[in-house]
Amino acid sequence: MTSISLNVNGKSHDLEIEDNTLLVTALREHLGLTGTHVGCDTSQCGCCVVRLNGESVKSCTTLAIQAKGGKVLTVEGLSVNGELHPLQKAFKDNHALQCGFCTPGMLMSALDLIESHEQVLTPEVVRHQMEGNLCRCTGYHNIVKAIVQASKDMKSSSLC
Amino acid sequence: MYPTKYHKANSLQEAFELYKSSQDASFLSGGHTLLPVMKQGLAAPSDLIDLSFIDELRGIEVTPQMVVISSMTRHMEVASNDDVIRAVPCLAALAGSIGDRQVRFKGTIGGSLANNDPAADYPAGFLGLGGHVETNLRSIAAEEFFVSMFQTALKPGEIIKRVHLSVPKSAGYAKFRAAAARYSMVGVFVARTELGTRVAVTGAGQSGVYREKSLEAALDQKFDATSLEGIQISSQDLIEDMHASSLYRANLIKVLAKHAVLNMGGIVNLK
Repeated sequence: MTSISLNVNGKSHDLEIEDNTLLVTALREHLGLTGTHVGCDTSQCGCCVVRLNGESVKSCTTLAIQAKGGKVLTVEGLSVNGELHPLQKAFKDNHALQCGFCTPGMLMSALDLIESHEQVLTPEVVRHQMEGNLCRCTGYHNIVKAIVQASKDMKSSSLC
Repeated sequence: MYPTKYHKANSLQEAFELYKSSQDASFLSGGHTLLPVMKQGLAAPSDLIDLSFIDELRGIEVTPQMVVISSMTRHMEVASNDDVIRAVPCLAALAGSIGDRQVRFKGTIGGSLANNDPAADYPAGFLGLGGHVETNLRSIAAEEFFVSMFQTALKPGEIIKRVHLSVPKSAGYAKFRAAAARYSMVGVFVARTELGTRVAVTGAGQSGVYREKSLEAALDQKFDATSLEGIQISSQDLIEDMHASSLYRANLIKVLAKHAVLNMGGIVNLK
């Protein structure tokens, strides 16, 4: 067993893990944060995407020990005081989720994408950069609409 | 995944020492090949030696002749590096087309070359541009580096430090991606250099990436997509799998070479 500390959604945690424990396992099974999903477990589907030190990573393809001392943001960390995050609100408003299984990964990838682009995102950029997130309900059209909408909302509110 | 012992190496020397003192260690870079393979039980290294935190293995230097990329430099960093974009725009675009955004945040040039996946993009870029890898032990020319599918000239414990890529007069890359896995079913990298045209093909050869000399000769005669019209690529040594027959791949090589020639300076990403 190895001891690591992780800051998850602003809270520090000390964890006892095996060296081969995946980050997604640490989040779901050690910390009970089951919002991060395991879809394919083969690095293809993006359901397990979380932000690690600001970057979006597949937590099923990252060892927890590699994240040692790092800052993790999961879907549970998006809303503040019960208020939906602008990105979550855009997904709701645009009917961008059907079964919802892929949604946590979509949200975390999209948040990284929006924040790393100074400009409002175009649908073309969203489609290219969100390639690592699969929706088996094939609801891509509304997901793209929601992310473009959120990027507009988030850029305009940051100007105020 | 079988149990393993994780080591975070802080220097190249430490990584090498750790390797020597381990029973059956693997070096870990971005982990997007090794960890999935370990999860499937197809690899079970006793020790994982993580190279990705070693400062001396990160960074990009560009001179008029060479682009030198340290091995742990991630695809995202190459794709967005202004000097690379100016010197070899096609190389930056190639890096920006690998896998998906999360793969590009983790995957490294050293990891990709050392793994030598027969459908990976970087081997085509490296063999197409020419140059050499600098390891902790020696220098290996691009022509000598790729031995066969998933096999390179690297010896056990040998670590790529830097990848030296020759700056061409111009270069283009065209790839056709398999629908689900998003790997290149075939990718063709074309570079015009002082010493002639180089055409490197990934995704198609049974022995991994290779140079298609028939296309090089035709383009050396006249660098124009029409020069490729009459050429028949033999399907004999090409991959045949669930994605495509070897005949289909043979035709794709020619089609993609034309796309690359018509779009020098950029990439064509067909899917």
